[in-house]
Amino acid sequence: MLGFVLPLLAQVQIREAGSGATTCEGKNDAFCPGFVIDNINDYVSPFLEHIVLVLASVLAGFVVAMVLAIVSHGRRWLIPVFIGTTGVLYTIPSIALFLLLLPITGRGTVTALIALSLYNLQIIYRNANAGLANVPDAAKDAGRGMGMTDRQLLWQVEIPLAVPEIIAGIRIATVSTVAIATLAIFAGAGGLGEILYNEGIQRDVFKTNIVFGSVLAVALAISFDGLLVLAQRFIAPWRKVRAL
Amino acid sequence: MAEGAGALIAAPLVPAFLGSFGGAIDFIFNQRESVQAGGQIGGLGQIWDLASTQIAISVVALLLATAIALPIGLWLGHRGVGEFLAVAVGNAGRAIPELALIALMVAFIGTGNLNVTIAVTILGIPPILTNAFVGVRQVDRGVVDAARGMGMSELAIIARVELPLAIPTIMGGVRTAMVNIIATSTIGSLAGVKTLGDLILGPALYGDEGVIAGAIVVALLALTFELILAGLQRLLTPRGLVLQRAAARASA
Repeated sequence: MLGFVLPLLAQVQIREAGSGATTCEGKNDAFCPGFVIDNINDYVSPFLEHIVLVLASVLAGFVVAMVLAIVSHGRRWLIPVFIGTTGVLYTIPSIALFLLLLPITGRGTVTALIALSLYNLQIIYRNANAGLANVPDAAKDAGRGMGMTDRQLLWQVEIPLAVPEIIAGIRIATVSTVAIATLAIFAGAGGLGEILYNEGIQRDVFKTNIVFGSVLAVALAISFDGLLVLAQRFIAPWRKVRAL
Repeated sequence: MAEGAGALIAAPLVPAFLGSFGGAIDFIFNQRESVQAGGQIGGLGQIWDLASTQIAISVVALLLATAIALPIGLWLGHRGVGEFLAVAVGNAGRAIPELALIALMVAFIGTGNLNVTIAVTILGIPPILTNAFVGVRQVDRGVVDAARGMGMSELAIIARVELPLAIPTIMGGVRTAMVNIIATSTIGSLAGVKTLGDLILGPALYGDEGVIAGAIVVALLALTFELILAGLQRLLTPRGLVLQRAAARASA
């Protein structure tokens, strides 16, 4: 219900903003840095909500993807099944998936998190799977020669050697999710979509918020990507995998 | 629920346990009175109107994106230059939110079919360019040298050796591009184009059942295009490549 009321509230505010046609934001011709500085507090909670949506859904997607990758590693016939199923989910546009979940989970953050986690699951599973498959046979043979059991081989040889690919998958998932999560506003969750849509397009196409919301989203994606590159160097310094 | 006078075909029997989904399926097949705003909404006629606009925009955008990105990706890959560009374009494509792109377009360029098609095309370019580059780089250099030794021109090498061998990777990029394109053309309805997003983003006019109906049709549209492109990929993949991969699987 709140999802219906908020755009209406935004409409009410415009009339007030529009009344001062002499100010930068009143004219709405271009980006107004003054408006952003004066109202900087209003951007904090959508920004934090966005970060929470991204972190929680990447974490959930990562955990499930790793479980699936480990399960299918020993049972290779499951790999095409998992890739096919998650691939179908990936094909469905996020905005449609958000609203398909509406009758089941209702409007709100949970719906957004489920949909975003499913996308992350697909991306990370694919990479984890490729990482495990690309472990050199020589490394596995050496492990076996040392008397390792299958379980030891998995945890001490195969998973560590797959880390660069797994992190590459997390990078792709994180950057995509920062972008897709702007649509979470239509699932009734907050995030930067609130600035772009409720306070931007719906507010008589308020240019300042549209520009600033876009800048925040891209800056967030770049920051997360940079942090993950650092993490990759720290955790797996021996190999560099480009996120393609 | 008013049985619309213009109902094109009878609604299928909708099981009650489907709840709102049942209502949404009914919305797709039968016209009804809008509770919120008056007037007739829903029904196959309206769904087809919205879907056909979206299909037209999406297909044009995919063709444009392919026409722009494929030659650039192939050429860079063939020359082995511009890896930074190919990677950066791919990453930027993922980092640009489609909602931000549409909002910026509405704010600074304008609305309408042409503008939305351009915005949608922009989001289709990165995966095709990056995948074409990567696909060509993955082609065995020995094969390229052999082609050159047989006297093939550089263009012939690209068109008759590298392109066919890179088809699986390139088509992967085309499929990702289409996922982006369908998603973005959906929210193109925010920029004054009547796509299925009109239903999804218009709860005030269409009600929750209309919103869910829109989501169902968009999902079906996306899956249909995915199937068509997967079929196209099978058709285009050289037979030798299929046999080679099957042999590799058998010996693994």
